[in-house]
Order: sequence, then structure tokens, then C-alpha cells
Amino acid sequence: MSFERVQEKLNILADAAKYDVSCSSSGSNRTNKNKGLGDASASGICHTYTEDGRCVSLLKILLTNHCIFDCAYCVTRKSNDIKRAAFKVQEVVDLTINFYRRNYIEGLFLSSGIFKSADYTMERLVAVAKKLRLEENFNGYIHLKSIPGASDELMREAGLYADRLSVNIEIPTEKGLKLLAPDKNRADFIKPMEKVKNEIILYKNEKKLIKSTPKYAPAGQSTQMIVGASGESDMQIMYTSNYFYKNFNLKRVYYSGYVPISYDTRLPQIGTPVPMLRENRLYQTDWLLRFYGFNIEEILNEQNQSLDLDIDPKLGWALRNLHEFPVDINKADKRMLARIPGLGMKSVFKILNARRYRQLNWDHLKSIGVALNRAQYFIVCASNQFERRDLTSEKIKGLILQNSKSKYTAMLSNQLNLFG
Amino acid sequence: METTLVYDGTFDGFLTCVFTAYEMKLKAVSMVNEKLFQEPLFGTSEVIITEQEKANRVWAGLKKKMSSNELRRFYYAFLSENPTVETTLYQAILYVFASTKNVASDFGNVHILELSKLTKNVGREKHRMEAFVRFKLTKDVIYFANIAPDFNVLPLLKNHFEKRYADQKWLIYDLKRKYGIYYDLQTTELISLELDANFDPSKTSSAIFAPIELEFQQLWKDYFRSTNIKSRKNMKLHIQHVPKRYWKYLSEKQ
Ligand code: SF4
Repeated sequence: MSFERVQEKLNILADAAKYDVSCSSSGSNRTNKNKGLGDASASGICHTYTEDGRCVSLLKILLTNHCIFDCAYCVTRKSNDIKRAAFKVQEVVDLTINFYRRNYIEGLFLSSGIFKSADYTMERLVAVAKKLRLEENFNGYIHLKSIPGASDELMREAGLYADRLSVNIEIPTEKGLKLLAPDKNRADFIKPMEKVKNEIILYKNEKKLIKSTPKYAPAGQSTQMIVGASGESDMQIMYTSNYFYKNFNLKRVYYSGYVPISYDTRLPQIGTPVPMLRENRLYQTDWLLRFYGFNIEEILNEQNQSLDLDIDPKLGWALRNLHEFPVDINKADKRMLARIPGLGMKSVFKILNARRYRQLNWDHLKSIGVALNRAQYFIVCASNQFERRDLTSEKIKGLILQNSKSKYTAMLSNQLNLFG
Repeated sequence: METTLVYDGTFDGFLTCVFTAYEMKLKAVSMVNEKLFQEPLFGTSEVIITEQEKANRVWAGLKKKMSSNELRRFYYAFLSENPTVETTLYQAILYVFASTKNVASDFGNVHILELSKLTKNVGREKHRMEAFVRFKLTKDVIYFANIAPDFNVLPLLKNHFEKRYADQKWLIYDLKRKYGIYYDLQTTELISLELDANFDPSKTSSAIFAPIELEFQQLWKDYFRSTNIKSRKNMKLHIQHVPKRYWKYLSEKQ
């Protein structure tokens, strides 16, 4: 391979791929076969971090940034005046193998602009994965983008070689999609997703009967939505997310704060800050739905269409539902413990364990790691000291913000932590 | 009077010391790596020759007392090379053997607690090394990486890299402790190396490394730069994930 040519392509096609935030390499069960190269079963390793603090686990590139579509929010759009490039299948294979052998990466995340047609593009993506698996005996992680509108046959083949497949919905509402990506329609995204979902179900059933059934996308499907490009509300984003989790058994939905890349008047202008805190609140909400037993309607509804930026969504919920509190730490069930602000799921499990031996007091909770500055207003424990004043939601919020000022100022500027 | 048992620095050597201390019913005893040993002013010292069988018997005895997860902690903690780790381990072992129940996770005991802290540190560095090792291809087609970890984690890396790089020869060399592990497509062995006096681990000298090596390093550096989103820059978070002392390994940070 010619070094200079590949170098130029890599610069262009890595730059164009970076707006896809997913870099996860976990969840697969592919192990090393026949003394080949690689092992995806222990993946999830971040080999380095970008200067914006994101994990680098995969070689994330586009096959090409030629595209026949003109989605306004995308750097690769047809009307954008940028340098175009296209990798050959073999070049991507060589890069992946050589990066992997040097322990730079866990595998490949390959996406693409759409050239000629959806099927033509998908075929090339599949060809890369196939070559890696069959010719190079590569057992590292492969994430392929499903191209909207690709045929069922290609999607079936893709899943035989890839660990994960994803289609990015990008725009949470159909109205927004019409406005910003007039060439695209929802149905085209849904078709490959539906196919992959069905194949995974089929695989799981067959696997029960025949052990040697070839793997099909063992790390499942994911999608991404852009936040803050089309004037959508948090409610619209999370309801869409919820719909996709439920109907397509998605492993993950990613939320990507829109990075302004164009002077198009339909979009936030260049220089508008990336809505990182909002993105963080959406991830927190996502966690509440997946791990904390919340229903979406409890957090976002017609009365509350957007998430508070200054407090996390669980605290927001608690403040709107003071009648559910205080909760007795020594008696409450798991579901209710998980709803207390300042308690992560780890603390919940530790509390359930520890209280079998003794009644827990403030000191116990502190050493377990409960964030008492938030939790104290919502709980009672084995102590006669507890919040006795009849505080209003506004008052509690004020007290919490006052006492955790440093953390929240940091959060408001840049920090991206989930619940502590 | 205290007896100091001097051993060769290996884990089996340490376990042999434990065996000896039991056998000789020594009350006041400490164990010291021969590399760090200085003749004590008071008390006596004895050089202990590592005996596999004695070591195995201590290990088997511990095994009966705890889960394999808990057992592993003793080895991990040992690799921390903490100056007082022998005492910590020995006291923890005494406590475990003296008790009829499994107390290997009784964090109310100071020695057990200390041991678990050391284990955690060693485990964290093992993971970091799995992520931050960077192989360079040598002219004789061996993928070579040098490390200089805070703790002696090299023995813990073998499994991970064997599973992953089954079809290439590789060598990971600890510059600080002057030994490496080498996989020759069949087995992985501990080796020592005569590194050339002017070998510079931060450079990729063309005398040693394959001509394409520098090209791939350059491509990786380019990739690292291209995948960054400038408008999201957050160096504080970056450094939290990749502490500066590890930068020396990472070609993308050179
Ligand atoms: S189809 Fe994909 S690559 Fe092409 S402009 Fe739209 S989002 Fe960008």
C-alpha cells in the first residue's frame, strides 16, 4: 500500500467519521479461533483517549465520504465543498490488521457515505468485514454501519461477520428529518434494523437447537441521535429513544450534541457551543430508564418537556414527587431505594446487603458511598437526626445547589459524569 | 530475637519463607527480598532457598481456606513490591490459617484490608498495561514493546496477550525490572535481554525496527489527531484517563 495515499485518505475519512460518538467495543463473545489474530470477548479496552476525553477503542473511519445525499447536519453532504476520498477494501483491511497487531485498537468501526446506491455501499462494507474474518482470520471487534435502504440479504450477511450493527436515526422527529434530510425517510432506517432484529431472534432460537449455528451480530444493534440540530425537545428525543429500545431490542442509543459544521440557516450557526450538558442529562435519563426502573412518562411528559440543566433528572423527579418521601433506608424495597437522589445502583445493592446484618445509620451510608448532600432530604435511617423541616421543592433544590456548588459549576462548564 | 528470612524475590521464594517460618515455629520473623537485604544490627538472618514443593504446600493450604478469587489477591498484592508487603501477606496468612471460617474477605482485619488495597492497585495497572502496550515490529518480525510499570505486572499480562496475538511473535519487556515475556508462536517464556547500551526506548531506530514501522506509527498519530473534536476539548478529563506518566509509552503522544 502506498503510504502517502493512505495517509491522506485516513486523515480525511477519520475526520469525517468522528461525529459518530459510539466507540464501544464491548458485548461480543467472539474468541480467538484456530490460533488466528484477535479476541473480541475481552474487548471494551480504551487504548487511548482523545483530547476531548473520549475513549478510543476502535479504528473509526468512513469507507468513503462521497455521498449522493445532502443531509444538512452532515459534513459529508453532497453540497459541502470538501475534499473527497475513498478507501479500497484492501486498504481498510491492512490498516485494521496493522493497527490491531500493534495493540492500538480493539477492532474496526466502519461507516460510509452513500455512493451510487444503498446496496452498492453496503456490499463494500460487508466485503471488508468478510475479508477480515475469512482471509485474515481476524477475531477482533467489527462494528458496521447499516446503510439505510440496504437489502435484507446484505444485512443478513453483514451480521455474520460483524459484532455490532447500527443505523443512526440522527434526527429524532420525522418533521426534523423532512426539513434537514429531505432525501431520507424513516422507513429506510427501520428496514435494516428490523431485519437485524429478526435475525438476532432467529439466531438465538436456532442456537438452542444447534450449537454450531454461526454467530449473528453478537454485540447487537445500536443507534445515535443528534441533539440540538432540529429544535427538538428532550421529550421528543427520549420518546423516540424509548420507542427504538422497545421495538428493536437495541443495546444502546447514543446522544451526540450537535457540533456546528455549516452556515445553513436551518441549523445552529458555527460557533454555537456543543450542548454537552444537555447531552449528559439525556444519558442520565437513558440510564434511569434502563437500569433504575423508571418509566419515560415519569420523567418527561406534556407538563415537563425538557430536562433541568442545573440538576440531574432523578433529583428533578424526586422534587416533583415529594409525597413519595422520605424513604426509610432500612425498610424500603429495591425499586424505591433506586429512586432516591444521590444513590447509584451500586449503593443500592450495598445497602440491601449490609442492612441484613445491622440497621444502617448516617455513618454507614457515608462509607457505602451515598451522596448525602443530596440524599439527606429524602431519607430516614437508624438515627434520630433527620430533616424535620417541611421544606418545599424549591427550598431543597436551593440547598442542594448551594452545597454542591463546585461540582455543578464544573458540570455546567464541561464535566461529563453520570451519577456519582 | 527477630529472624530475617532472605529469599530470591520470587513468589515461590516468599511462600517457601512462609513454610519455613511455620516449620521452625518462628515467632518474630520478617522476610526480605535478597536485592533489598541489609545485614541487621540485631537478630539473625537466614538465606532461604526456594523450594517448589514447600511453596506448593503453602499455596494448597491457602486454597482450601478461600475462593479462587480471594486466593488470587495474595499473588496480586505480592506483585505490588510494596516495601512491607511480605509482612502484610504473612500476617494475613497467619490470620487465615488461625481461623476456622473463611476470613479472606474480612476487611475489618487491617492486614486483609491492606492486602485488598494493594491488589486493587496492581489490578488497575494490569488493565492499563493491556491498553497502553504499543508493539513495534522489529526487523526479525517480532512485535516488541517496552514498559516500566509501577508494579511488577508483567506475569499477569501473559494470558491476555496470548489469547489476542496467537499468530504473531511478541515480546513485552520491563525496562525497570530487566526481564520480559516472549511468545514464540508456541509458548510464552520469561527472558532476559542484553539491550544495546545506546538503545533508546522512546525512539524507533531503523537498526532494530522494520521500515514500515515508522509509517504505521505516523498513521496512528494522524488518526489520533483526526478523530479528536476540537470544540469538545477537555484536557482535564483526558489526563484523568491517560495519566501523564504513561505518555511515554504512547506513540500518539510523542
Ligand atoms: S446519507 Fe449519511 S453520509 Fe450522506 S449526507 Fe446523509 S448523513 Fe451524511
